[in-house]
Amino acid sequence: MSAVMVARKAPRRWEKLPGKNTFCCDGRVMMARQKGVFYLTLFLIVGTCSLFFAFECPYLAVHLSPAIPVFAVVLFLFVMAMLLRTSFSDPGVLPRALPAEATFIEMEIEAANGNVPAGQRPPPRIRNVQINNQIVKLKYCYTCKIFRPPRASHCGICDNCVERFDHHCPWVGNCVGKRNYRYFYLFTLSLSLLTIYIFTFDIVHVVLRSVDSGFVNTLKETPGTYPPTVLEVLVCFFTLWSVVGLTGFHTYLISLNQTTNEDIKGSWSGKNRVQNPYSHRNIIKNCCEVLCGPVYPSVLDRRGLMVETPTPPISTTATKNSDPDPQNTKTTAPLIPNEHTPDDTKPSIASSPEKSSPKEPPPPSLGDTGETTPVKEKAF
Amino acid sequence: MPLVPPYCEALAVCPIKATGSDFSTGTDPALSNGNMATEFHNLQELRRSASLATKVFIQRDYSEGTICQFQTKFPAELDSRIERTFFEETVKTLNSYYAEAEKIGGQSYLEGCLACATAYIIFLCMETRYEKVLKKISRYIQEQNEKIYAPRGLLITDPIERGMRVIEISIFEDRGSSGSSGSSSSSTSSSSGR
Repeated sequence: MSAVMVARKAPRRWEKLPGKNTFCCDGRVMMARQKGVFYLTLFLIVGTCSLFFAFECPYLAVHLSPAIPVFAVVLFLFVMAMLLRTSFSDPGVLPRALPAEATFIEMEIEAANGNVPAGQRPPPRIRNVQINNQIVKLKYCYTCKIFRPPRASHCGICDNCVERFDHHCPWVGNCVGKRNYRYFYLFTLSLSLLTIYIFTFDIVHVVLRSVDSGFVNTLKETPGTYPPTVLEVLVCFFTLWSVVGLTGFHTYLISLNQTTNEDIKGSWSGKNRVQNPYSHRNIIKNCCEVLCGPVYPSVLDRRGLMVETPTPPISTTATKNSDPDPQNTKTTAPLIPNEHTPDDTKPSIASSPEKSSPKEPPPPSLGDTGETTPVKEKAF
Repeated sequence: MPLVPPYCEALAVCPIKATGSDFSTGTDPALSNGNMATEFHNLQELRRSASLATKVFIQRDYSEGTICQFQTKFPAELDSRIERTFFEETVKTLNSYYAEAEKIGGQSYLEGCLACATAYIIFLCMETRYEKVLKKISRYIQEQNEKIYAPRGLLITDPIERGMRVIEISIFEDRGSSGSSGSSSSSTSSSSGR
């Protein structure tokens, strides 16, 4: 970067972050790249509720109670708040290791492996830790150059390691991890309630009108009933099955303190007599930990300013490690071969659209891209 | 081009801290901006005399689960640089701070329920307990650096800057005899850019 850059406004760190996230509002909002399904979710929720408020609510407010639309509004706002919170939050992304840390880990691995005869494949990079008397294997992430903490996993879609990785949800356009799992759960729960609510009152509305003028006449003659109500009922009917089912599934997971990722992989299914070391063996405690636990801060610095350094060393340099990095990057790159252990290539699991399959580290080509660009490594 | 020690960069003009709320209650460990002028001045002397030799990374201790704890094992590289007791004291205190931040009890329930009732909008204006403890940690690390580590040519980096994965301790070698960095009582700030 030349001295000209200093005169311009300093970029924020999110502009140089590796990974495949998109950022909005100057780094405050963080989402996955593919947002199409998220827009569909928004459209369905806002569209259905608008129809409900426009067509059913006036009738119900007059003939039954004004509390009905009021409660619907409150529920709708809560659903939207939870959806946006889930979609826009940092799910718990782990920043990639800086070159110094990556080298340190490399040296530890090599020391642990000893001398591997030439031509032989080195052993897989696994660290065993004991958690609550269970042996848990920590895997090495070749993209992020770290040993993943327990329960963390690498999302191939976002190309980040995420703590307490649950799954990547295209409906919210983001990963669901440690930091936003409770918002995701509350979103599914409140959406279930909203769907049931609208569905119920749609039926009530049709029944009430039918009492007055007969069922078929209601559908034919009453303006505003036929397209909107039927549409709402259809949307709610199909949404009900999926969202209520999903809420039930996540309630089950929370009571056992498991993630979707662990459930799919069968980590604690007991076939190896390995039990979940994170569970408190008490449903209430598990629920409290997941839903009422502390709100973890984001460790991904998105809004800090990156001040580019001109060559003289005494100039204002705010980015730590910005100068040593280009040199270290060149020396560390050859040390870290981008090989994959057999465990890393997992079959992608086809599941319902709401539970998008968690993806394992991508093939070497993508990993190389992360390594060879000094700018990307410089940031984190 | 000589390596510019990150130690010195950490002490350099502090960048503008990211302020304002965001959806993820981003962290902003406290910085003592008042000391920056004196730091910068002492920094000039330090640059001449200190150079980064190596870095040691204290790893996480997962024996109690996923809560944030660091290993208290004394690394061999620090053997000649600092007394074991100081190091263990620092790590144990940090561990207790993190345990306090992540404690699941009455206060966290209250905070969680209150926040849920307001659809978490309250977090846009209120600082969470975890963030408050993180500020305490940042101040503690700064104080430890000033009193114990900098005089011995060491510098602790706040774990939050490394994704809470490691405690990074930078080890500096005194270069030549012109600077008395070992005995200079420069105040240090280990966190910047947040």
